[in-house]
Amino acid sequence: MKKVYARPAYCMNCHLCEVNCIVAHSRSHDVFRAYKRENLRGTGRVIVEEKLPLSVAVQCRHCTDPACVAGCISGAMVKDPATGIVYCQEDKCVGCWTCVASCPFGAIRPGEKNGRPLPLKCDLCREEGEPACVAGCPNRALVFEERRAGA
Amino acid sequence: MPTLSLMPPEFSVLRDENKCIKCLACARQCGFDAQKYDAEDDRLYTIDANCVNCQRCVSICPVGALTIYKNPPPMRPNAYWSEGHLRNIIKQAETGGVLLTGMGNDQPFPSYFDRLLLNASQVTNPSIDPLREPMELRTYLGSRTEPVTLQEGQDEKTRTPLVPLETPIMFSAMSYGSISHEAFESLARAAKEFGTMFNTGEGGLPEDLYQYADHAVVQVASGRFGVHTGYLNAGRIIEIKIGQGAKPGIGGHLPGEKINAAVSATRMIPEGTDALSPAPHHDIYSIEDLKQLVFTLKEATRYQKPVSVKVSAVHNVAAIASGIARAGADIITVDGFRGGTGAAPTMIRDHVGIPIELAIAAVDQRLREEGIRNQVSLVAAGGFRSSADVVKAIALGADAVYIGTAALIALGCHLCQKCYTGKCSWGIATQDPYKTRRLNPEIGAERLYNLLRGWSHEIKEMLGGMGINSIESLRGNRLHLRGVGLNEVELKLLGVKHAGEAI
Repeated sequence: MKKVYARPAYCMNCHLCEVNCIVAHSRSHDVFRAYKRENLRGTGRVIVEEKLPLSVAVQCRHCTDPACVAGCISGAMVKDPATGIVYCQEDKCVGCWTCVASCPFGAIRPGEKNGRPLPLKCDLCREEGEPACVAGCPNRALVFEERRAGA
Repeated sequence: MPTLSLMPPEFSVLRDENKCIKCLACARQCGFDAQKYDAEDDRLYTIDANCVNCQRCVSICPVGALTIYKNPPPMRPNAYWSEGHLRNIIKQAETGGVLLTGMGNDQPFPSYFDRLLLNASQVTNPSIDPLREPMELRTYLGSRTEPVTLQEGQDEKTRTPLVPLETPIMFSAMSYGSISHEAFESLARAAKEFGTMFNTGEGGLPEDLYQYADHAVVQVASGRFGVHTGYLNAGRIIEIKIGQGAKPGIGGHLPGEKINAAVSATRMIPEGTDALSPAPHHDIYSIEDLKQLVFTLKEATRYQKPVSVKVSAVHNVAAIASGIARAGADIITVDGFRGGTGAAPTMIRDHVGIPIELAIAAVDQRLREEGIRNQVSLVAAGGFRSSADVVKAIALGADAVYIGTAALIALGCHLCQKCYTGKCSWGIATQDPYKTRRLNPEIGAERLYNLLRGWSHEIKEMLGGMGINSIESLRGNRLHLRGVGLNEVELKLLGVKHAGEAI
């Protein structure tokens, strides 16, 4: 499947992938509303990890055999058999954070929506073709492509 | 004890709090510590005194919340004591140092390019549409054969091969060390893709970029950094750098902080030591000495590489060029007073040298008069801002031009003139690994390619308008130029008629 891959050599630590992710996952799809009315600051599903001068954007790897899906106690976290995307069925989630604890990449974070606890994780912008983080990266440090297993 | 600084901030950074989403991109990207974030108070603020107006924060801000304003002059404005003079005096009163700067001469000297106009065909000869008819921009650099005569005997000079360029525009000498590996690689890739040349500058060619060496002009400067047989034989053209337009008569100084492991390996000097280029080549004190080096380099490369000699445009440039041609050079590169630099004393940059337009005209005229114009190609450099400048230079007599500043602007340079600090926010004039990664060579090479493509199209349009279908027919064809607002001496030196005069 096509996944988001980081190219750390060109990641310049601007964190705009986080901004684009937040806007893409907001109700309004508008940067000002997302930050100033929906208060979504800090809810990016992609996180830039820093060990300067190196930085790299980390998000869900959509594993072949995801630990978060295996560990989910309510059956909310699933891997779509057609697309391979790992996502959370929000109506089933009970907010136990087992997925957060089990992710080997630290790519799932606790979050909330309308007062309900929900995990924050990358869903590859499910209906939008190229994910927002990749489309908006100013230095092509993120690519969305098919690579062979283990690459 | 520090005393009160009389240097007020030159710029103010204004943040529109209504727009700012506190994503902190500005604080992370500012190369000069002007943008700060206070985590305790969750507050972004600016230190105006540090801002150099490089526009990095403005460009990266995803919501357009930032604007940089130039502050009003710190003293009473005065037509004679300009703000620049006053700031320089204050800076020197506080530091006692030599003023340094980067990029090219920014003073309001007249530009002859802006006083020259091009011709176009009307009625009596047809103009050509370059989209419908072939148009030739290919240019060959090097020494050409003597004109055919009726006298017996052969032309026995051993000639180096001519070097083809797909467009008469090359990338100027900018050394690895003064610019980042990423910027250097962008230039190399674009030159190769477009079929033109880039110039290594005086810092050698990094090992991993030898794949682009076929499109490299490899420079041999007074410091001899990175020069070895492999380097000379890898390049397509060898250039002896005598002078640089931005700082004629003085050498170079790359501070030790910029000499990291990779730069040190390429330059063949110890890590962390200053790279000092002497003002003269200490083995060249005359034209005869120059001839020795020209032929040493030709021998070292078995006469397979044309040798170029680069000089600054100075008062006697025509006579110097004649000497260079007679010393056996195949290409003469003349760098005008607008030429850029990574670091130069401000007074030298702003007050030494002559305009490139006059230098081209003088050199071309002198070489023609002496009957040796065929022996050399003339390459002009120093402040080419558009394809029109290129066309005018070629009409004045240049074979090709170098673009440096224009290429850097295409790569993201915003002309803040702080190259000499090594802090470049755009990842160009720095070796800081946090900043160099901002310039992805893939993107850089694309942008440079686009620039060459755009300019080449425009040159074809201008040629077509004049009814010419080859850049060769424009070379030295000053009848296609007319001066506006120039006095008789200037017109005579440029060899052009005034606008309104017929042939």
